[in-house]
Amino acid sequence: MHALKELKERARTAAEKPAPYGRDLDLRAYESEAPERPYVESLDQLEELGEEDLARAGVEKSGRQRSGSFVQIDGTVVHRKALEKGLEILSTREALEKYDWLWDYYWKAVAVDTDKYTATVELEPYEGYFMRALPGSRTIYPLQACLYIREPRFVQRVHNIVIAEEGSELHIITGCASEREIRAGLHLGVSEFYVKKGAKITFTMIHNWAEGMDVRPRSGIVVEEGGLYMSNYVVMEPLRSLQLYPTARLVGEGAVARFYSILVAQPGSELDVGSRVILSAPGCSAEVISRAITRGGFIAARGHIRGEVGGVKAHLECRGLILDEGGVIHAVPELEGRAADVDMSHEAAVGKIAQEEVEYLMARGLSEEEAVSTIVRGFLNVRIEGLPPLLEREMRRMMELSEEKAL
Amino acid sequence: MEHDAEEREVHLRVEDLSVEVEGRKILHGVNLDIRCGETHVLFGPNGSGKTTLLMAIMGFPRYKVTSGRIVLGGEDITHLPPNERARRGIGVMFQRPPTVRGVSLAQMVSLCSRDGVDVESLAADLNLSEFLSRDVNHGFSGGEIKRSELLQLLAQDPRIVLLDEPESGVDMENLQVVGKAIRKLLQKDLRRRRTRCGLIITHTGYILDYVEADMGHVLCEGTIVCSGNPREQLEGIRRYGFEECARCTR
Repeated sequence: MHALKELKERARTAAEKPAPYGRDLDLRAYESEAPERPYVESLDQLEELGEEDLARAGVEKSGRQRSGSFVQIDGTVVHRKALEKGLEILSTREALEKYDWLWDYYWKAVAVDTDKYTATVELEPYEGYFMRALPGSRTIYPLQACLYIREPRFVQRVHNIVIAEEGSELHIITGCASEREIRAGLHLGVSEFYVKKGAKITFTMIHNWAEGMDVRPRSGIVVEEGGLYMSNYVVMEPLRSLQLYPTARLVGEGAVARFYSILVAQPGSELDVGSRVILSAPGCSAEVISRAITRGGFIAARGHIRGEVGGVKAHLECRGLILDEGGVIHAVPELEGRAADVDMSHEAAVGKIAQEEVEYLMARGLSEEEAVSTIVRGFLNVRIEGLPPLLEREMRRMMELSEEKAL
Repeated sequence: MEHDAEEREVHLRVEDLSVEVEGRKILHGVNLDIRCGETHVLFGPNGSGKTTLLMAIMGFPRYKVTSGRIVLGGEDITHLPPNERARRGIGVMFQRPPTVRGVSLAQMVSLCSRDGVDVESLAADLNLSEFLSRDVNHGFSGGEIKRSELLQLLAQDPRIVLLDEPESGVDMENLQVVGKAIRKLLQKDLRRRRTRCGLIITHTGYILDYVEADMGHVLCEGTIVCSGNPREQLEGIRRYGFEECARCTR
């Protein structure tokens, strides 16, 4: 418990510390209180959210083709259940009570004093999920998690811990969503991922917030020898501001991290999205790829790769399309080599749709509008390697839903 | 893709066409008359305006028609956008087509296909089966680009085929495949009742070894200086160069 006291102390010192990126938010402007919601044993008993609400967050209410589900509404975990052997889903607080060893993972991938947002998640009441794949377990179907905000002006604080034990595979689909009519609200999500030796985590996140929402995820990932972490991050719907800069540390030989971000900024939205990978063992590799489109909003697409030892390989790619006047895309790719034998590269491009491509498609019979839409969809169609086919289909389906509205 | 009046005779007429590109006059009063079933070739030195003529027929906005008109099957299409021309049966093979990221060759082919086109088998004929899942033109070699363009055209099945140097950058082996595809596009294996017509830009004339042409034109400095038997023209150009062609009219 001495350690917890120390954590609280560190959090208190950071309670006013602004984040280096993204607009600064006044935490006092939000409500911490929200009505308690009843727990349900199965998702179909969940009256609070309809099929459609859940679908917007990528959650299949029937639970079909899912290996388990976690749903949190405002500050209450209303459902959590693993449906397959070898998987565990608990709320983080339950898990911390159950497993003493979990304290060794608590705030180890994300520093509690990163900024005021991490600090407040520690200092104030929080929920969040604990997911764990036992050694060697592999499930065909993904786990689904939904973090939903219903109360206006509510600040949702979550602390998630995800562990893929040795040789296991864990696929997670997460949706974050809120009531459409919410004018203001804040989601603070701390997520710590631990990928053990030879294990694999894929994490697919689809945002579906309301226009007044501010969102500050804080994620850290630790990947051991031969492990793989892959993130697919999709934001197409309007929200007020989103800022995140997850950091993956590749600490074991041959560890791999891949980040794919697909960002569409609507007018009035500010998206500041980065991915950082620190390669600290030989044979590690990383890929950070983002596609950004602005329809009038602001996007900062950041990337930072640090090679600390020789024999690592990494590539960073930021491409941006400005579709509407007033839109801004600021691509900031950074490479930091700290050893002679690193192989790191980046490519960044920001511009408008090439007229030449539009004409090429028009010559094949497409109208100008059809040509533009084909090019834009193609632009967002990042080839994601290593996602199981079922998950890829799911992701495409969800992206198509969002695309229809966003573009 | 609509092909209205499929049975009606296709007839492309370019009348006294002048075209400028970014304020520079490139074509001066060009006349062309391509009738149903005919294949015409276009010779000319670099910069003479050959590509400009093709692009203007396809209707790309960069190529501004300052006078004259383009008539297809009796309809004045001078001011139609390229997609409307494509719908009316004009198809063009690009010399340097752009890469469209995230759009596969297969998607591209199905975008331009008429119903009932067997993409797989067309692709197999052009040795492109393995390219179907790749982004269109991304990292394609010269020969692959030609074959990919022809695959799209075969799917589109245009009535008027515009080809911009189909043999450039193609090795001998690929030239056979390319030649065969062009013959197919232009129905060269039909002895009669061909309904497709073509206009082919050629620099080297190699394509004439595979595709018989009915008429040749020599374009110099934006003007057609000679129309006639394409083989004789090619012979003359090979022997005396384009300068002689230009002098010929004076």
